[in-house]
Amino acid sequence: MSATTATDGGGRTKRARQPMTVFGAIGLTLLAVNILLAVFGSFVAPNAPGSLIGGGAFAPAHDAALLGNDYLGRDLLSRLLHGAKYSLGVATAATLLGFLIGMTVGFSAAEIRGRYDTTVTWVIDILLSFPPILLALLVIAGLGSSLPVLIGTIAFIQCSRVARVSRSVAMGIAALEFVEVARARGESLFSILAREIFPSSMRPLAVEFGLRLSYAVLFMSSLSFLGLGIQPPNADWGSMVRENLPGIYYGAPAAIVPAVLIGLLVVGINLTVDWLSGGSDRHTSEELR
Amino acid sequence: MAPVLQIDDLKVEGRTPRGVWVPTVRGVSLQVHAGEVVALIGESGAGKTTVAMASLCYTRPGTRVVGGKVTLGGVDIFALDARARRAARGKDVAYVAQSAQAALNPAITIGEQVAEPMLLHGIATPEEARKRAAALLTRLDLPNPDEIARRYPHQTSGGQQQRVMAAMALTCTPKLLVLDEPTTALDVTTQIEVLKAIKDVIREHRSAAIYVSHDLAVVAQIADRIIVMRHGAMVEEGPTAEIIERPKQAYTQELIGAVKPRPAGGRGIAAAESAEKPLLETDTVAATFAKPKLFGSLGMEDNVLQDVTIDVRPREVVALVGESGSGKSTLARVIAGLHPSLSGQVRIGGKELAPRARKRDRDALRRIQVIFQSPDLSLNPEQRIEEAIGRPLELYFGLTGAKRAARVAELLTMVGLPADYAGRYPSELSGGQRQRVSIARAFGAQPDLVLCDEILSSLDTIVAAQVLELMRDLRAKHNVAYLFISHDLATVATIADRVVVLYAGRVAEIGPTASVFSPPHHPYTALLLSSVPALRQGWLEEVIATRPPTQAQTGTSVPKDIGCPFRTRCPMVVEGTCDRVAPPARRTPGGQVIYCHRELDELRAAQAKGGVLRA
Repeated sequence: MSATTATDGGGRTKRARQPMTVFGAIGLTLLAVNILLAVFGSFVAPNAPGSLIGGGAFAPAHDAALLGNDYLGRDLLSRLLHGAKYSLGVATAATLLGFLIGMTVGFSAAEIRGRYDTTVTWVIDILLSFPPILLALLVIAGLGSSLPVLIGTIAFIQCSRVARVSRSVAMGIAALEFVEVARARGESLFSILAREIFPSSMRPLAVEFGLRLSYAVLFMSSLSFLGLGIQPPNADWGSMVRENLPGIYYGAPAAIVPAVLIGLLVVGINLTVDWLSGGSDRHTSEELR
Repeated sequence: MAPVLQIDDLKVEGRTPRGVWVPTVRGVSLQVHAGEVVALIGESGAGKTTVAMASLCYTRPGTRVVGGKVTLGGVDIFALDARARRAARGKDVAYVAQSAQAALNPAITIGEQVAEPMLLHGIATPEEARKRAAALLTRLDLPNPDEIARRYPHQTSGGQQQRVMAAMALTCTPKLLVLDEPTTALDVTTQIEVLKAIKDVIREHRSAAIYVSHDLAVVAQIADRIIVMRHGAMVEEGPTAEIIERPKQAYTQELIGAVKPRPAGGRGIAAAESAEKPLLETDTVAATFAKPKLFGSLGMEDNVLQDVTIDVRPREVVALVGESGSGKSTLARVIAGLHPSLSGQVRIGGKELAPRARKRDRDALRRIQVIFQSPDLSLNPEQRIEEAIGRPLELYFGLTGAKRAARVAELLTMVGLPADYAGRYPSELSGGQRQRVSIARAFGAQPDLVLCDEILSSLDTIVAAQVLELMRDLRAKHNVAYLFISHDLATVATIADRVVVLYAGRVAEIGPTASVFSPPHHPYTALLLSSVPALRQGWLEEVIATRPPTQAQTGTSVPKDIGCPFRTRCPMVVEGTCDRVAPPARRTPGGQVIYCHRELDELRAAQAKGGVLRA
């Protein structure tokens, strides 16, 4: 028994932690740097995102702009730092919202079953059959692009997929005997979902969260690249890829750096997810089989 | 003559989830000669399977061999490369797993699967392989071997699948056969047939065999020698008769002491008590797993429970017995409100209960508590023990904080666990300890009735005996009634006041334990009782000899019409009556009710003559 647990003083025990791996460390580092950028980027940026700093369009790196200028002659570094919060922030907010809705729907379908479940599954199937980019184009064309609309749209696209996954995860857990015991005890629906099903579904859903988050980052960047995302004068990394595209002909870093950053963020999230999902057998008993 | 298998000082280590390697087999040496069956016996975690696997030159993921030598037919198998090992497996050494259902490929017909090893090893043409497969299926007493060969695994019963696995293992006439608990998952009635079939083919082929089991009575029927293992080491080794009659080591004696006597007689219930009003009543309960049809209504053929009327009086232990699929657990789930009944009523203290737990009032919920079979699954792995036991206290009595903690400590002590286990997670407890936590959780509600669904079946013999003792103590102290579901008749005989025998969702017999376990019986009860293995050699042959020939052809389907559902397996079936008319209730002077067309005297006479019921 002591093999799986460490006792800390008062007889209370901690559960075993995931051992660190090289790729896990890389992923966590990339993710941490991105979170720092998203939170503090706007404060440490040397210049305002919209100010022209001289040197002209696509100027190479100079003292006032360490990564050179963008297509209008603005400081690329400052714009990247300001844009960081949009890329990760919108994706995170949308994914969180999508999980809140999706998990509620999926879990309740798994526990209530019957007609409710049939209806929910049917609606999910319909939503899943829409191409997401087309759905987003329709909504944004109708409502105009703003942060709440972007977050809402991406969350809406996410939640049908999350509901599908969390329903199947919860189905497995809802059949276990400890959930049966809770039902026989007379626990309310909310209590069964929150106390019994939710904690045991954390591990598989955390993996799903990571995948959904990286999907949201890419989706958000795609929307911005198409001009439907963050609107000028603000810019996230996706829209910066688009606006600086002509810079490729001049060999300016402006065209490449935002794309590389998006790539690093997604890679960071995925490596972290891989590391997390590596040890999903934490609770299998310590008997060796 | 050189032994077929020789294991010298085998040492195996296993990796814990933390990545630490700990020894699981500590220097085991054994020999198996041709035509000899050696049993490895011990509790779970004793290293039995690990040793058996090593003779297949296989180590399970997370285990490694750190020392010793395994010689199979004169060849050191650890020295073989991967290709040579694969060539040996199936041809020189074959394996029969505990769960045939999991081991058979669901997408290939049985005939093809049995023939496959011969084709893989290139020792037969497809035509020969097919013939040989059919011959083996016949040898293993499978009814209509040609027809079975065309079926897919899911179209056969558990007992048939287990025999198919044995046939597969024998196709290449291996030098060594490794059987890992091949009958553990089966009902006692099926176990006999499978055991007999396996024993016969081993004798006939003069194979050497390793038989892994935790069940001494089963091993006594088939093994020539027994090796008792514990904590990865050998405790005692000797001829079967020697081990079961004159065990030398204390641990072996303990194992043999834990084997319960075969059920006979049992405890009765005082007449004064039986006058009391019933605590729990089920009144003509029917239940189904079928979904409502769009057109037409559900018929009786879809029901897993039909007209089940039983009662449990205060402080009484009523056992529910029957084979798997007889509806025992479904009845418990109906009573607990976990599975809605189709018709009929469930009453507690005379008050009707809503079909679903969510619709029942808190007090009715409190009065009935459930304990499930699997200690691994019945506790939430994410909750500390304190939360698991404390939740009902909070829900039913509003206890919180220090009051709740004090009561949790009290309950833990009551079930024989240290009070500081409250801070632990279930994964830090052993199976027996977890089952005690489940018991503490149920008793925290101060129930009137506890539904015990096979609560001992996942535990090792010695641990199960201790938990049973605890249940007996608690019942005396807390004035609780149990509905005790079990397939283990020996356990039932020691704890139950009354027994209900279920067959195919209907009550076959009900009555005081002493009466049910002595003649006259319902023919089904007689079959069940005679199938419980006895801890002596030769029992299997005696039973087979006295068993009516109709038993061999047990089908998978049970007729679900108005007639007696047992008639297809019944040795005393009355043609023209049993299939048309529902069996009448016959009351004996001993207070039991038998649902059978035969007169009590006929039953008594047949069961005395049959002789299969001698303990």
